[in-house]
Amino acid sequence: MMKHTIAVIVNDQPGVLQRVAGLFGRRGFNIESITVGASEEVGLSRMVIVTSGDDHTLEQITKQLYKLIDVIKVIDLSANPMVSRELALIKVQAEHTARPEILGVVDTFRASVIDISTHTLTVQVVGDTEKIDAMIELLKPYGIREISRTGVTALNRGNQK
Amino acid sequence: MATTNVITKSRAELIEKFSKPEVISGSEILLRSLLLEGVDCVFGYPGGAVLYIYDAMHGNTDFNHLLTRHEQGAIHAADGYARASGKVGVCIATSGPGATNLVTGIATAYMDSVPLVVITGNVMSTLIGTDAFQEADITGITMPITKHSYLVRNVEDLPRIIHEAFHIANTGRKGPVLIDIPKDVSAAKTLFEPVTDVNIRGYNPTVSPNKLQVDKMIKAIKEAKRPIILAGGGVVYSGAHEELLEFVTKTEIPITTTLLGLGGFPSGHDLWLGMPGMHGTYTANTSLQKADLLINIGARFDDRVTGKLSGFAPLAKIVHIDIDPAEIGKNVHADIPIVGDVKTVLEVANQVAERAELADEWRSEVMASKTAHPFKYIDSDDELKPQWVVEMIHETTNGDAIVTTDVGQHQMWAAQYYKFNKPRSWVTSGGLGTMGFGFPSAIGAQMANPDRLVVSINGDGGMQMCAQELAICAINNIPVKVVILNNQVLGMVRQWQELIHENRFSHIDLAGSPDFVKLAEAYGVKGFRASNKDEARQVWEDAMNHPGPAVVEFVVRRDENVYPMVAQGSTIDQMIMGDAE
Repeated sequence: MMKHTIAVIVNDQPGVLQRVAGLFGRRGFNIESITVGASEEVGLSRMVIVTSGDDHTLEQITKQLYKLIDVIKVIDLSANPMVSRELALIKVQAEHTARPEILGVVDTFRASVIDISTHTLTVQVVGDTEKIDAMIELLKPYGIREISRTGVTALNRGNQK
Repeated sequence: MATTNVITKSRAELIEKFSKPEVISGSEILLRSLLLEGVDCVFGYPGGAVLYIYDAMHGNTDFNHLLTRHEQGAIHAADGYARASGKVGVCIATSGPGATNLVTGIATAYMDSVPLVVITGNVMSTLIGTDAFQEADITGITMPITKHSYLVRNVEDLPRIIHEAFHIANTGRKGPVLIDIPKDVSAAKTLFEPVTDVNIRGYNPTVSPNKLQVDKMIKAIKEAKRPIILAGGGVVYSGAHEELLEFVTKTEIPITTTLLGLGGFPSGHDLWLGMPGMHGTYTANTSLQKADLLINIGARFDDRVTGKLSGFAPLAKIVHIDIDPAEIGKNVHADIPIVGDVKTVLEVANQVAERAELADEWRSEVMASKTAHPFKYIDSDDELKPQWVVEMIHETTNGDAIVTTDVGQHQMWAAQYYKFNKPRSWVTSGGLGTMGFGFPSAIGAQMANPDRLVVSINGDGGMQMCAQELAICAINNIPVKVVILNNQVLGMVRQWQELIHENRFSHIDLAGSPDFVKLAEAYGVKGFRASNKDEARQVWEDAMNHPGPAVVEFVVRRDENVYPMVAQGSTIDQMIMGDAE
């Protein structure tokens, strides 16, 4: 199953997330992650959805999204070079003896520690999904207490809007 | 027909009347806006959350309001009105149960692309989200079954929203639009000025086709040896029946029309093969399977048409014309996709269309098959056959009636044996298959066409799902002729249980149904019953001569099946033909 990253520009209206998410749900399309926030234009929001499926499914997703009146534009970001980033907060078990090693991992991933307590460190890492997956793998041996991931947000590279 | 009001004012007069900006309530805005949209009839049911709206309607003589006896009757009537007229159907219900009672009707209209504007009241905006009395999140509930919906938060938005709703409902691929109006919004006052322009950034349906694609279709027609046209509801909805006839006249390609496409092409035409699909004609189904070119005009390759999808039209190059791009390639891959309004596409195509000249042998083959394999049934002189009744109704109405149906066997017999020649003469729930639709939709169809004969064909099952609307036929003297083909059983379920579930008949017996003649008379509607052919001819004539509404019960054979039948999962050329073939 091919993974696709699509951007959906929508009217910033109440219920619009429900319309989009409901469409995916009832037509059996998969949502791996979804992020929503303001776009460059007042009144419009930008959703970035990571989904999986073959080309036929992607075509149907695009066409069905366009049927929603509140959807202004659908962009298949992954069809072109893109930058995609996700942010994760990872609260890891960190006794004194383990801290130097954990900080080593944090440095290597150019992540940062944003909270320290007596037994834990909370790490913030930004990167593509694979990088975050890798960092989680490396922190697992120390004991992960909680993870919060934002899901992917993305833009196409270069001059094209 | 003596209905409540007579519409006297033209749109120009109304605009004149309402053009002076005036501070009025949301309810008054709603009424004025409906009038400006050309609405002459609404179907509704009042309640707490729409009290202001009904208050504004008090003494209104500018349009008809029909008080149904159930919200479901109201929305099916609005649906029938829309299908039989091409105008937007409008219904009004209160919040909570009023709104949820509309759900089946909204889904029915959505599946069949019927333009409706559905107005619901809601609790006061300050109470929304508190589980207030008669609160339901109707915009949320209906999101999957509306083309669009609005929850009105400010009365200032109401004129724009109503105008947008009518525009969205009746353009592009048509469909129901819901406007949910909290009680305080319908009471609040603001300055009203009629809205005349529409600017919806995310909504711009493609009407005109890509000419290159049309040229590709024309070339494919020239090369085709076995072409066939599959025409659907899109032909009727875009008003393209004349263009379709011209296209067929020019290309001489045999044509089959889907259930919703009936009436979109004259059934008397030599090249018309009847309906395809599960209960379609032998010739339509076998021809689709043999065709080397299939031109789909405004149909959506529904599973009841295609049968087993992987084996559907295996040899055909597929042209698909549809206003909704999402339909193209959804079920069947299109080799030549053409997005556009069917009427516009055919106008463009007709300028260059030529006779399919390699298809002479095919035409003779198809015509011979059509002659050899009409719909057949074994008639009886001892008991009434439902097919015979439909044929009798067809003959006595010269095929000119507007026919509405419910869902089930009688629906298929009506589709098979009533031969339509005009669009918007056939009102049936195709996509959702909604029992209870047949009778109330006829009321709407009659309101839209006061001068035409409207015949509603129902089974004894579905008739009991909305029978309460006999009241409004009686009170308003709406002269619908309600046919009940009473076989005392849920016939289509019985048929499947017989043929697919090895005679394990489970919960299909409708014993205990009312005496339909007495039921009609209890409402003040004339009732008739017939159990044999002589009686049938006689009571039908009497019912037709009766100036008002009438219920005519035909007691028909219980165990009759609809044939041909394509079992689910079979390709459409694998038909069970029945005993008559």
